[in-house]
Amino acid sequence: MSISPVTIVCYLLGISAVVGLNAVILVWLERKVAGHMHFRYGPMEVGPHGLLQTLADGIKLLGKQFLVPDAADRPLFLLAPVVSLVPIFVAMVPLPLGETLQAWELNIGLLLVVALGLLNTLGILLAGWGSNNKYALLGGSRAVAQILAYKIPLLLCILTIIMMAGSYSLRQIALAQKDGWYILYQPLLFIIYIVTITLETNRSPFDFSEAESELVAGFHIEYSAMGFSLFFLAEYSYMFIAAALASILFLGGWQGPFLPGPVWSLLKLYGIIFLLMWFRWTFPRLRIDQMLHLGWKILLPLALVNFLVTAGVLAL
Amino acid sequence: MNGYRYLAGIVTGSVSLLKGMRVTFANMVSRPHTVQWPRQTAPLPARFRGHIRMLADEETGFPRCFACGSCARICPSACITVQGRKPGDRKKKVAVRFLLDFTKCSLCGLCVESCPARALAFSRDYALAGYRDTEFRTMDLLEGLASPFQF
Repeated sequence: MSISPVTIVCYLLGISAVVGLNAVILVWLERKVAGHMHFRYGPMEVGPHGLLQTLADGIKLLGKQFLVPDAADRPLFLLAPVVSLVPIFVAMVPLPLGETLQAWELNIGLLLVVALGLLNTLGILLAGWGSNNKYALLGGSRAVAQILAYKIPLLLCILTIIMMAGSYSLRQIALAQKDGWYILYQPLLFIIYIVTITLETNRSPFDFSEAESELVAGFHIEYSAMGFSLFFLAEYSYMFIAAALASILFLGGWQGPFLPGPVWSLLKLYGIIFLLMWFRWTFPRLRIDQMLHLGWKILLPLALVNFLVTAGVLAL
Repeated sequence: MNGYRYLAGIVTGSVSLLKGMRVTFANMVSRPHTVQWPRQTAPLPARFRGHIRMLADEETGFPRCFACGSCARICPSACITVQGRKPGDRKKKVAVRFLLDFTKCSLCGLCVESCPARALAFSRDYALAGYRDTEFRTMDLLEGLASPFQF
């Protein structure tokens, strides 16, 4: 299969627009949700209901100086935000957001997305190590402890879905839910999946690598200006991808009555993102040992039992 | 037994998490408490204490103060300066100078209580801002009031 350069350029432009707009909207939405949960309004001044606040912040960040600490490992320090952000451009390739809205149908699309999701942790680790700052290093090493705890239950969830759908292709998985979403068959699995993506996207109550109140800003403590905003872009884009994956794996992707496919996709996706924001502004951060307990002693056995029971039911 | 505690822990934990989420959701859909100042203003309490102000006599429009000086004497911060003069046709003096050093005032209200003419009251000004402290060192409380000594 040959791809013309025009297609690639169009794809890159489209993805850049999605990544940028998504971050602008999500940062705004996060602040609004946080505000209203605290009986506040959130941003109200820049644009109608503060809609342009993120844009103003972004422009401000563009004008700031990007500082590299003297003691930092310069190449790693510069590479870290890029390593965080770039995989997103690839991970969005196989995501079907509509009947025809998909960059490239891959028969192992799910595997690609999951594998590239790992690179976010690599970016965090690089930033933590390269900053040569004890808080950053602690943040980076926590991210690695965290990935061990959540990745196995996450993969077990995905494996169960793959088993049910009989395909690694995201499109086929979505199409397999034509008659009934998998959340109806696998409510427990959906809950496990949501918890693991909260862990994967480093969000409160699992924001150990950032942990403002303990590590100041964790892995991105030394980053200023665009380095800092690249991490932010990456964080919100990973949320987008994780939520899109959740909507495809459990909620039937773009399928739904009345509305066109992409609208359904976005509705489900932002619904899940809202759920993640809701978590963030409700639950206090866990201790590390509590998170490991949750990952290894609760999520893993539950996911494993769920996997085995599903396998048994499918075999019958 | 241990297995039972394990499962019960998961269930009670999940229930308590859901309760927490219900609280924050209820918060989110309820009205924010924020008052968007300066576009909106919160109602001032009835007994709000701003800096003191001078009341005018209803008939003459002159300051009610007859410069007895009890406010200046009782003020623990010594922030009031009063001077009075006797107009030719009247017995009582009338204040011609009433200065308040608001940088020292602690809004205790002893001056308001001690005034025999009930000439002082708390104003409801709270949005005071200035470029330098001298603007509040000598606030002229007679400003805007009529005086029998106009030339």
